[in-house]
Amino acid sequence: MNTKKKMNAGEFIRRGSVPMMFILICALCIPIAGLSPTYLANEIVTRMGRNAFLILSLLIPIMAGMGLNFGMTLGAMAGEIGLILASDWQIVGIPGMVLAMIISVPISVLLGLFCGKILNMARGREMITSYIISYFINGVYQLVVLYLMGSIIPIRHSSIKLPRGYGIRNTVSLLNMRQKLDNLIPLTIGGVKIPVMTFIIIALMCLVIIWFRRTKLGQDMRAVGQDMEVARDAGINVERTRILSIIISTVLAGIGMVIYLQNMGNIATYSSHSQIGMFCIAALLVGGASVDKASIGNVFLGVILFHTMFIVAPRAGAYITGDSMIGEYFRVFVSYAVITVALIMYETNKRRARREAGQELVKEQEKEA
Amino acid sequence: MNENAKTNEKGAIRKALENFGLPRLIITGFLVLLLILAPFVGADLPTQISNIIARFSWNGVLVLAMVPMVHSGCGLNFGLPLGIISGLLGATLSIEFGFTGGLSFFMAILIATPFALILGSLYGWLLNKIKGGEMMIATYVGFSSVSFMCMMWLVLPYKSPNMVWGLAGKGLRTTISLEGYYNQVLANFLKIEIGNLTIPVGTILFFALLALLMWAFLHTKTGTAMTAVGSNPVFASAAGINVDRIRLLSVVMSTWLAAIGILVYEQGFGFVQLYMAPFYMALPAVSAILIGGASVNKATIMNVIIGTILFQGIVTMTPTVMNNMIHMDMSEVIRIIASNGMILYALTRKTEGSR
Repeated sequence: MNTKKKMNAGEFIRRGSVPMMFILICALCIPIAGLSPTYLANEIVTRMGRNAFLILSLLIPIMAGMGLNFGMTLGAMAGEIGLILASDWQIVGIPGMVLAMIISVPISVLLGLFCGKILNMARGREMITSYIISYFINGVYQLVVLYLMGSIIPIRHSSIKLPRGYGIRNTVSLLNMRQKLDNLIPLTIGGVKIPVMTFIIIALMCLVIIWFRRTKLGQDMRAVGQDMEVARDAGINVERTRILSIIISTVLAGIGMVIYLQNMGNIATYSSHSQIGMFCIAALLVGGASVDKASIGNVFLGVILFHTMFIVAPRAGAYITGDSMIGEYFRVFVSYAVITVALIMYETNKRRARREAGQELVKEQEKEA
Repeated sequence: MNENAKTNEKGAIRKALENFGLPRLIITGFLVLLLILAPFVGADLPTQISNIIARFSWNGVLVLAMVPMVHSGCGLNFGLPLGIISGLLGATLSIEFGFTGGLSFFMAILIATPFALILGSLYGWLLNKIKGGEMMIATYVGFSSVSFMCMMWLVLPYKSPNMVWGLAGKGLRTTISLEGYYNQVLANFLKIEIGNLTIPVGTILFFALLALLMWAFLHTKTGTAMTAVGSNPVFASAAGINVDRIRLLSVVMSTWLAAIGILVYEQGFGFVQLYMAPFYMALPAVSAILIGGASVNKATIMNVIIGTILFQGIVTMTPTVMNNMIHMDMSEVIRIIASNGMILYALTRKTEGSR
């Protein structure tokens, strides 16, 4: 009992170290950056509304033991396709967003199915495989958007078409949808604009995730995440459960991307999705999640800390070194470094657990002998 | 009897096909098709072939850098950018110290070596701590180091006017011309020119030398030990091989070859590319060796040569042929799909011994 408690304390420090470090970085950078509190609060609230839903989509594959889903980029691409089509059909405002989400769902399901099938073939190296899948599908996405749209898939409006007659422009303006969801219920507290409707949707999503954990499927996923072989012996269809977890994650990422882009107000057709996976994963990890364990609390803590760092680092860097590029590079470096450290900690913990299990087995055998 | 031989033959062909793999077959077929089509769409075949040979000579060493880590069971070296950074440090320091011409190339290799050894050892030590998750962590070690160096290129006190931003007088430029330094230093050595066909014999010889050394190394006692560690670490350790030490050695070798590889690439290309440029350099090298027939835990020198020719062939041929044929430059998309598809294919193969 006593040893268990001690281990928990160690565990707590290990889990808490990354958020603590970020609190320290933010605490150091905020005064140096010299931004007004209102501006800072506004930015953080905006970014929370923008990113939280996307990050929530990462939780379910972690639950099913498939690690960080780098394949969430696939959902983001589906969301973008939905938005491109909706804006070509000139459906504006909230109906346009809903339509974009509806279009994205079947695409996300197909892509998620593809991703899940492949990940089942590459068991034990899911993360690197899902990472390469995101590059692979990015190629397919470019093929569709750059060559097929306008030539095979009808695109009517020349404002989003490239001058050569087919393919989509580098940026698609979403002026008709811009922040329509955020501003649906206008509310400003002390100069801080709060996107009430977006927060309501995010809160609903959190409730759905909590509910989902208690369903049969959710329980199955946790069992699969704990131990695939035991789950299979218990009569759970492991392959199907794993594929479902990826499909759900992809669909959520697609919807999350629509929310993200309505806040941004335009789509960078060929680059919006490429970084989204990395930033979402980094934010989740900053919030104290690990490769095999993540909670809703991690999501929100992560968004706040990560994006505070994101806002203040360039300004602080510019102030210290006189060169604004340093801060830009610094935040990119931190994002990658956080993911690297989290991955290293996960692998070393896994090895330690395996070794401890081995030692216990030896002890038991000695006892029996 | 005769029939038996026939079925045997059929089986052998099928087996050979299976070994060769469907994606590889498609890619080879595609390249052959491009080569056949080239004259019809008005592309000059000798120029095209010279391009392929030139690009092969630039990239060969980078692809060769994959071999040691695959052999020792560390998987594909997605952390190649770490080695590339050592090479870039060598290149920029050699220019900074005022070496010119062929000497600057030699000095770049010399200066890059200690960096590659130190970074490679740290990287190898790390990979020994996390056996089983090498590839994912390697990817992110590469990314972190590239973004860290982005800051360093700005901060480090470089002075040479050929490298720093003219206006500010500090911070390295994103691309640095090698004119007057080691531009084409290997390629111009023993260069053969027949009409439109150019062969950079010097660069190819340099690659051949390194490949030969690698081949010879793999046949020494340490080299066979490396293969043993890769195919079955438990058995290797039971046979008295220090598994961790061998793995560390393979990572250091891979990192050093990557450093040399980027220098060879630069001398052909004519420019040093800094900042985010090394970011995506691992993926082409990884897919090249896979296209050449390697798997996650098996690679030979032949895989390197065939893979580099096929990959670079497609990269150079698709733009010209496609552009002339359908007036649509789909080469970039085709390259992304083909190279990443190949990596996916390799990752989904069941491979014993390595995870």
